[in-house]
Amino acid sequence: HNVITKPKPGEGLKVTYVTPEGERITVLANDGDNLLDLAHAYDIDLEGACEGSLACSTCHVVLEDEFYDKLEEPSDEENDMLDLAFALTETSRLGCQVCMSTKLDGMTVKLPSATRNLAVDKKR
Amino acid sequence: SLSAHPPPASVEPLTIGIIGSGPAGFYTAQHLLKNLSHAKIDMYESLPIPYGLARFGVSPDHPEVKNVIHKFASIAEDSRFRFVGNVTVGRDVPFSKLASCYDAVVLSYGAAEDRKLGLPNEESTKNVFAARAFVGWYNGIPEYAGLEPDLTSSDTAVIAGQGNVALDVARTLLTPPDVLAKTDITEHALEALRKSKIRHVHLLGRRGPLQIAFTAKELREMIALPDTKLDVDINVVKEQVSADAEALATDRQRRRLMELLVQGATKKFDSPTARTWSLKFMRSPAGLVQSQNGSLAAVQLEKNRLEGSLQNPKAVGTGEVEELPAGLLIRSIGYKSVRLFDEVPFDPKRSLIPNVKGRVVDGDAPVPGLYVSGWLKRGPSGVIAATMYCAIETATAIVEGLQAGHFATRVASRGPGGFDALEPLLKAKGVDPVSFSDWKHIDRVETELGAKRGKPREKLVDVKAMMDVVAAGRANR
Ligand SMILES: Cc1cc2nc3c(=O)[nH]c(=O)nc-3n(C[C@H](O)[C@H](O)[C@H](O)COP(=O)(O)OP(=O)(O)OC[C@H]3O[C@@H](n4cnc5c(N)ncnc54)[C@H](O)[C@@H]3O)c2cc1C
Ligand code: FES
Repeated sequence: HNVITKPKPGEGLKVTYVTPEGERITVLANDGDNLLDLAHAYDIDLEGACEGSLACSTCHVVLEDEFYDKLEEPSDEENDMLDLAFALTETSRLGCQVCMSTKLDGMTVKLPSATRNLAVDKKR
Repeated sequence: SLSAHPPPASVEPLTIGIIGSGPAGFYTAQHLLKNLSHAKIDMYESLPIPYGLARFGVSPDHPEVKNVIHKFASIAEDSRFRFVGNVTVGRDVPFSKLASCYDAVVLSYGAAEDRKLGLPNEESTKNVFAARAFVGWYNGIPEYAGLEPDLTSSDTAVIAGQGNVALDVARTLLTPPDVLAKTDITEHALEALRKSKIRHVHLLGRRGPLQIAFTAKELREMIALPDTKLDVDINVVKEQVSADAEALATDRQRRRLMELLVQGATKKFDSPTARTWSLKFMRSPAGLVQSQNGSLAAVQLEKNRLEGSLQNPKAVGTGEVEELPAGLLIRSIGYKSVRLFDEVPFDPKRSLIPNVKGRVVDGDAPVPGLYVSGWLKRGPSGVIAATMYCAIETATAIVEGLQAGHFATRVASRGPGGFDALEPLLKAKGVDPVSFSDWKHIDRVETELGAKRGKPREKLVDVKAMMDVVAAGRANR
């Protein structure tokens, strides 16, 4: 779990989180910050049950097509966890696995609604 | 003027009792604390130890999954929250008494039993266990510390079931003990596993490969086990997969699982492996063969045929029976919740508490002040993420109930409510409630014991030993 040093206003990369209620929160990121730690640094509600170790799927986020395509394919391990995510989309990723870089500057990240798709129950 | 009016009712706290300290209890508490500044929450737990299956279910070799405990611990530090361990609701305090001290009660006591195979000598045959018991044995549930499974008389184990719990058990049996030695596995289990002669583990499924219940992560871990080969009838897999190609095309999770299964089944080894595991499809346990000393010698399997839809077929026995020699059988066909309180509605068919989005219902009528969360609400399946979403829904039902005026008069308006009202009663009965700071003493002692052995933690497996640590901690305060 990494603590993030927030960039000074006017510096850093921009990311806009969109909450399930539709609220837009724009924050500043450093190159390399992952979307989970970044959310936590700005008190944005994104659960990270396994603390970024690819073992839970609670940090599920939805990216825009354009930015999703700029990223490398998710690893097999990330895909295994995405299989269990709620309301999975074609552009879903795990927040703890997506690191900010200049090519993602200006990206919008949607937080899926927590109460949607409750009926979809994964086996244990 | 406005100030002439009495203060709004919401100034008095909403006093909430939660029964069970697993992920469902903690995530419900988290979302209540987040949304209700005036919440006052007491969480009751049978054991002197919090976290339910996050501690006692999740595998020792999945420490990352257990990271969630850090979050729960931070919830427990909230000044509006109180952990009350070592109190079994229903035994130490009648449910109705407890409920009368709260505005709302959340039932999240999980699933304390398991489903049985229903074979004639299932209970009397030695070395036949429930996965719940076997997992409890290696994970330190006090009740199962003395299980003493015999892992040396045979080289073969059978697990009935093809879910993630079945794979957890199989992985624990087949993982090199030196790897397990670095986890928080109980020392008694580690010792037994070091001596274990089990080299072959068969997992039985009533139906076919398309009905496998485990997930890709756990299958990937099995395939990665060193010197361990997967045996599976690859023709059956390929046949079913091509028959179901159309549905699989849109079912990402199942498609990836089937691809991984084929990959695992065709993995090449340079020489015969020391260990094997197999997935046997369309087989139901039909009988248990005992050795002279009453121990398991073999499992009789009835072959099934699949009828109905490809995705959800019925297994129909063919009458053809084969015998599989094995010295250990673990049934892993599902956990089961039980009715603990006569006052609370229960659905015996589905083994859960009937509810609408977490609000307990009796027939069609909501039961005032009663809520349910977690495995007890949805049935005993789903990973911690699923339990979290379930808990958020329940917390939301309480918040919406508050907005709808359900909690107009509060217990706090009549004097001390919640645990403050129950404590004298518990003390008079000789019950010794364990607080969160008491638990922290146990936590510290376990961590220190673990450090001496190169483990993250050595779990105390005896309630008396836990309470001794609690007493010592209090004396030092
Ligand atoms: C073997 C196993 C392995 C698992 N591994 C994983 C995994 O790797 N990853 C994952 O995401 N999920 C895993 N899960 C699933 C996860 O554990 C569940 O989703 C979750 O624990 C369900 O939470 P719960 O709070 O409903 O029940 P529980 O965790 O069972 O909590 C119920 C609590 O209530 C207490 N209680 C019972 N009766 C009383 C009473 N009368 N009074 C007071 N307290 C009482 C119990 O002691 C217990 O602490 C696993 C489950 C099992 C069984
Ligand atoms: S925080 Fe668990 S997978 Fe990202």
